[in-house]
Amino acid sequence: MGHLILRVTIKLLFAPILLFALYVQFHGDYGPGGGFQAGVIFAAAFILHALGFGLGSCQRVIPPNWLPVGMALGVLIYMGCGFYTMFLGGNFLDYDVIQPDSTHHAGQHIGIVVVEIGVGLAVAATMLQIFYAFAGREPEPMDDAW
Amino acid sequence: MMMADEQAAVAQAAESVPAVSGPIFVEIFLLALLFATAISMIRMRQLFSVAMLSGIYSLLSAAFFVALDAVDVAFTEAAVGAGISTVLILTGVALTAKWEMPVDRERQILPLAIVIVTGGALFYATLDMPAFGEATAPANAYVGQAYIDQTPTDIDVPNIVTAVLASYRGFDTMGEVVVVFTAGLACLLLLGVGAIRGGGRNDDGEH
Repeated sequence: MGHLILRVTIKLLFAPILLFALYVQFHGDYGPGGGFQAGVIFAAAFILHALGFGLGSCQRVIPPNWLPVGMALGVLIYMGCGFYTMFLGGNFLDYDVIQPDSTHHAGQHIGIVVVEIGVGLAVAATMLQIFYAFAGREPEPMDDAW
Repeated sequence: MMMADEQAAVAQAAESVPAVSGPIFVEIFLLALLFATAISMIRMRQLFSVAMLSGIYSLLSAAFFVALDAVDVAFTEAAVGAGISTVLILTGVALTAKWEMPVDRERQILPLAIVIVTGGALFYATLDMPAFGEATAPANAYVGQAYIDQTPTDIDVPNIVTAVLASYRGFDTMGEVVVVFTAGLACLLLLGVGAIRGGGRNDDGEH
């Protein structure tokens, strides 16, 4: 358990960080950001929570056995988008065939959003997985302080 | 008459100089801070301080990328380098030693020589590089210019970086996602046996 001030600050910041991650995720077409950054920010919110309140309370929200599923699902969403465009008769990841004859390039926009969701899910799950793997181990007893 | 000619010449010279995004002293200041942070990271023996300084180094790099108008790179550097990496290094430090072991003088000579030769080669290579932001530079002239020209008609998203990343080079980005996935998988295989069982502590060797 962290210091009281840290815990109160983390509680205040937790929801805005998640909201910011979603903003970065879905605003990637218009401004800086995208799936990679959003996934990292999303994972950072939970890592911050785990640092302040302990790993156990974080793992009650996101159980560790969900994370490999999230990692694989993100990659599968990305690849699935590619195979979907192939089944529609285009090239791999050729988003134009999703919504052909569109003057506003709707197919490209749908493809980019879907692919970015896959990236965000894979990156967020992987970052949390790595953190869980490191932080879940019992440290050796140390003779010197920090 | 002379004055007007001189002014025209000055204006022409100002136009031919590539546009630098920020005041030059901001960039020099940030580079000096980066240099100072790197030196203190080398001299520091306490690994906790080194981890925190590496986070500061990433944050300074992000500020430098903003000064170079590369906001997407700066965003990634701030989120990954200053955020996640620092925490992961700290959790790694928590599992291992807190202090760096001193190294003999003799064993430091070869790394120093390698670093000096590599650094000298990099400085030598920068002499051939085009000026920053130059329109005729190879990075800006051919495929980069094509992306800038074609994005409004091909894809029509305002952020060209996203257009290149997710559409023009979507196959590359898929490879990057697989790399991230593989990194998580490797950590899971090497460290996270307890995580699969539901997050219990790893009690290898107690049976």
